[in-house]
Amino acid sequence: MKTLINLSLLSLVVALLCSANIPTNDEMAVGQPSEEVIEANNLCFSCHGQKLFTYYNPELDREIKDNMCDEKIVNEEKFYLSNHRTFQCIGCHSADYESFPHPGELRFEQQYACNDCHGYDDDWAHFKFDEIEEEFMKSVHSTNHDEAFTCWMCHDPHEYHITYRNEENLLNTIAYDNGICLTCHADVNRYQLLTDKEKPNVDLQHSWLPNQQLHFTKVRCIECHAELNDNVLVAHNIRPKEEAVKKCVECHSSDSRLMASLYSHTVKTERWSGGFINGEMVTQGFVIGANRNKYLNQGSLYIFLGTLAIILIHSILRAIYIKK
Amino acid sequence: MGTRIYLYPGWLRFWHAINALMCLVLIVSGLSMQYTDFERYILDFQLAVQLHNIAGVILSFNYFIFLFGNLFTPNGRQYFLFRRGVLKNLFTQLHYYTLGIFRKEATPFPITTENKFNPIQRTAYVLVGYVATIIVIVTGWAYLFPEIVPNTIGNVSGLLINDLIHISMGYFISIFLIIHIYFITIGNSKMKNFKSMVTGWHE
Repeated sequence: MKTLINLSLLSLVVALLCSANIPTNDEMAVGQPSEEVIEANNLCFSCHGQKLFTYYNPELDREIKDNMCDEKIVNEEKFYLSNHRTFQCIGCHSADYESFPHPGELRFEQQYACNDCHGYDDDWAHFKFDEIEEEFMKSVHSTNHDEAFTCWMCHDPHEYHITYRNEENLLNTIAYDNGICLTCHADVNRYQLLTDKEKPNVDLQHSWLPNQQLHFTKVRCIECHAELNDNVLVAHNIRPKEEAVKKCVECHSSDSRLMASLYSHTVKTERWSGGFINGEMVTQGFVIGANRNKYLNQGSLYIFLGTLAIILIHSILRAIYIKK
Repeated sequence: MGTRIYLYPGWLRFWHAINALMCLVLIVSGLSMQYTDFERYILDFQLAVQLHNIAGVILSFNYFIFLFGNLFTPNGRQYFLFRRGVLKNLFTQLHYYTLGIFRKEATPFPITTENKFNPIQRTAYVLVGYVATIIVIVTGWAYLFPEIVPNTIGNVSGLLINDLIHISMGYFISIFLIIHIYFITIGNSKMKNFKSMVTGWHE
């Protein structure tokens, strides 16, 4: 009974927190944090916004300067560029954090998962968070690490922002998205938070790839490492390395998988434009084998056949007249 | 037995043989990359890339033999395009290829040590040797170091522009190669010109 009451209270608190501080879609559309939010958050950022912070210790009756541990620092600039920039800190964290020193039991504060707010909600239905979660549950990130691996491992709620729909330069989106993977896969400390295995060297692992740096900057890691899923905007089912794409023609062909992943958001009904097959790619990229031009193909074939025809006629005439 | 003249020095024959071989490798591997598919392909994509890179690098260095050979030996004079009556001579040669040859007329520009090429040959060799090959080499090296290619030129990918120039020049050279092979069969004997490029002696 006591547990039931606790759960009910917790649900009520969560519901109140969500309704009171988390902006609605309309508020999200405005896009910028209000003065109120900034003022309320300033108190938190005064300590958690930088490496060094000061506080008054009444026991010692003096100001103490101390180091904030890295995990507890939130980059204020990045926060106000993030998707959650309109949020108050206490929108997601307990209001008890407003008192200092923070109560010790807050160390065990239950953190929200993405779908606590985004899941099973009609307002967010078009992003298909539920299906993304299902995809994620099948991925190596989930199956190899169980509950230790949450959405936040990749999508830091204090910094994460959507680049795809807001960024005109695709290369910036690619760099941002690949940066998410490299946060762990290029940082031994973060990598070994989840595993005792030796962190593989990303460059060495991909040494088979021709023009490695070009691939790293022109496509996202998930193009080869995630299973395609047309239903979600970004594939989240990261497969084991043995299942990673290794056949060049998966991308370098007229039926390029990039059209179902990196360029899926721009694909309309036709798979070519301006005569280019998979023409969505050619404004910001180019993939050998995938971007043939229909008109050049036809033109070159006609010139080739015309050349052969002229040679054939010339050689027949030579054979007829010169032998006479 | 007719007159024998020594037309093709050793360095030229060496360059020509390597160039011909590399061109064939580049055409086959280039076509494989351009028209690759899951079901139908000439060479496996990865193999085609490796062959194309290796052959491209060999052809590039081999080109210096052609360039320096023509710069420092009298052979370079054969490629002086703008001679007196260049247009008239081009039409004379065209007339020979399209009509005169069937009337068994004598060739208007017989081969001599001073004039190895007829006007059409000379024009084609200059365009291929000094224009198309240089463009194809430069754009090919740009592909070996794609980071030097601007990301976008106007509203289009820089790599796409580079590719279009590269494959257009490659295609132009391929068409030249077909015509070149056909034209060397023109003569008293079909194999005469092939033999000349091996021995250096023209009969």
